[in-house]
Amino acid sequence: MLTPEQHARAALDAVVDPELDEPITELGFVRSLEVDDGRVTVHLRLPTPFCAPNFAYLMASDAKDVLTELSWTRAVTVELDDHHDSEVINRGLAVEAGYRGTFGAEADTDLDELRRTFHRKAHTAAMERALTGMLRADPDLAETDLHRVTVADLPADGTTRALLRRRSALGLGTDATLPVLVDEHGSPYPREEIPLRLRRARSTRISIDGNAHFCRGLLHTRYADESPATEETTA
Amino acid sequence: MYTKDGETYFIVDAHVALWDARPENQRNIHGKQFIDCFYDYHRNLSPESEKWPYEEFLHQGSERLMRDLFDEGHVDHAIFQPALLDEFYRNGFGQTEEAFALANAHPDKLTYNHCWDPRFGEGGLKQLREDAKRFGLKGCKLYTAEWRGQSRGWKLDDPWSYRYLETARELGIRNIHIHKGPTVRPLDRDAFDVADVDKAATDFPELNFVIEHVGLPRLEDFCWIATQEPNVHAGLAVAIPFMHTRPRYFAEIIGELLYWLDEDRIQFSSDYAIWTPRWLVERFVDFQIPEDMTEYPPLTTAQKKKILGLNAAEMYDIPVPAELRLDQPRTAEVV
Repeated sequence: MLTPEQHARAALDAVVDPELDEPITELGFVRSLEVDDGRVTVHLRLPTPFCAPNFAYLMASDAKDVLTELSWTRAVTVELDDHHDSEVINRGLAVEAGYRGTFGAEADTDLDELRRTFHRKAHTAAMERALTGMLRADPDLAETDLHRVTVADLPADGTTRALLRRRSALGLGTDATLPVLVDEHGSPYPREEIPLRLRRARSTRISIDGNAHFCRGLLHTRYADESPATEETTA
Repeated sequence: MYTKDGETYFIVDAHVALWDARPENQRNIHGKQFIDCFYDYHRNLSPESEKWPYEEFLHQGSERLMRDLFDEGHVDHAIFQPALLDEFYRNGFGQTEEAFALANAHPDKLTYNHCWDPRFGEGGLKQLREDAKRFGLKGCKLYTAEWRGQSRGWKLDDPWSYRYLETARELGIRNIHIHKGPTVRPLDRDAFDVADVDKAATDFPELNFVIEHVGLPRLEDFCWIATQEPNVHAGLAVAIPFMHTRPRYFAEIIGELLYWLDEDRIQFSSDYAIWTPRWLVERFVDFQIPEDMTEYPPLTTAQKKKILGLNAAEMYDIPVPAELRLDQPRTAEVV
């Protein structure tokens, strides 16, 4: 039986940093969480006061949504600490103003488009991790052979499960017979393009990994007394 | 220069600054936030032995810069890349007069690059002509994310920006360094997007565009653009200290850059005074791609020599002693 605090924290596992594609709970962004008779108060913190406000808003509003959806919560307060737009974001969250309502004219694109962009990138990175893993495990497998790799060929491991989750987030199928190396619409690439597509996917994955290194490191630097040191995790 | 295992390297530090971020020069809270953010980078990515106390980080002065770069830092030549930031600092962030005086006193060691902001309009263009003459400019550093009044940034392909680039071309300012890197500013729109470089690089093929911080955290966008635009180069500032904290990640960055760009378009920079060059130079010379990362070939000594100095020396016509050049013609090299 989970305590309300544990239940709330587990719910927050579903909130990811859109750019890093990792849960805010694992990234150390949840500074505190208190539950008092159905009232939940969460404080989030970010690695630098300069994190883009749209990302900050996305995470804070997602956190509020997942907590509000829990059957036992009566009131949810999410506050972002130490951000240069903390005041604006916290005020917007408190009155459910939405992103455009919070930032007004400064918000020139909708968050849904931003979300879609990051889902796409997350899928690309997960695809590269899975395929590079296969290449390293089998020296006889050539890059051009990757065009015939299907979901069924992937090993049953965490990397594969992560890829399948990201396919679902993009609305792509997860059937065993479907090709793995595909674009955001699920279409495979011509065989001759495979090495180039893999390289591009790799640079996307490295960008995402790099951001995670950067954010974790800066978070640790900024809140050295509160946050545990992290080890290098690059595949 | 730096010698290790019988190999001597000519070192050009292509991105250094002489800044004043002391409280008396801070115009507002943003001035403090900006230097504090730099200090977080410094603390986060430096080895323990290289970390400075906060007070020392706020201001170095000429004497210390000379010592850190040339006496202790193995550097043969360094290039100033100043940021103006006059909305955050009373006397600007980069110290123009002091840096220029220092470059004048040591022309063999220092090159002074200046900066411009197209939002200064006609007046700024006139100033650019005067600055080019006075400073003998070969290059400039641009900061598209800089605030100015109500504006929170500009794009390299804005009409006014093009007028400045046209003027630079006319004045012989060939090397355009542009900050496209980690977020250090409170911006809502993405001023670090590298897409505007693509257009400008196509339209100004006579100019070199050095993307500082290799577009991190948009490495893939940067690589894609640099692949298509032969006049786009990679500045390693902020990326290279990952050698210390995240060596495998750095191996991936350098591996990707070598794959997409080639070895002639990557430049070493310490981003002094965020980092001092000594440890970066020493570690880069010792650095190698881990053996299990079979997707990348090992780094060669020739590649390291180019990255550490020969590439920037060629771009800036900095004389390199004959014995420190590469023996074979550059085009004959095999990656």
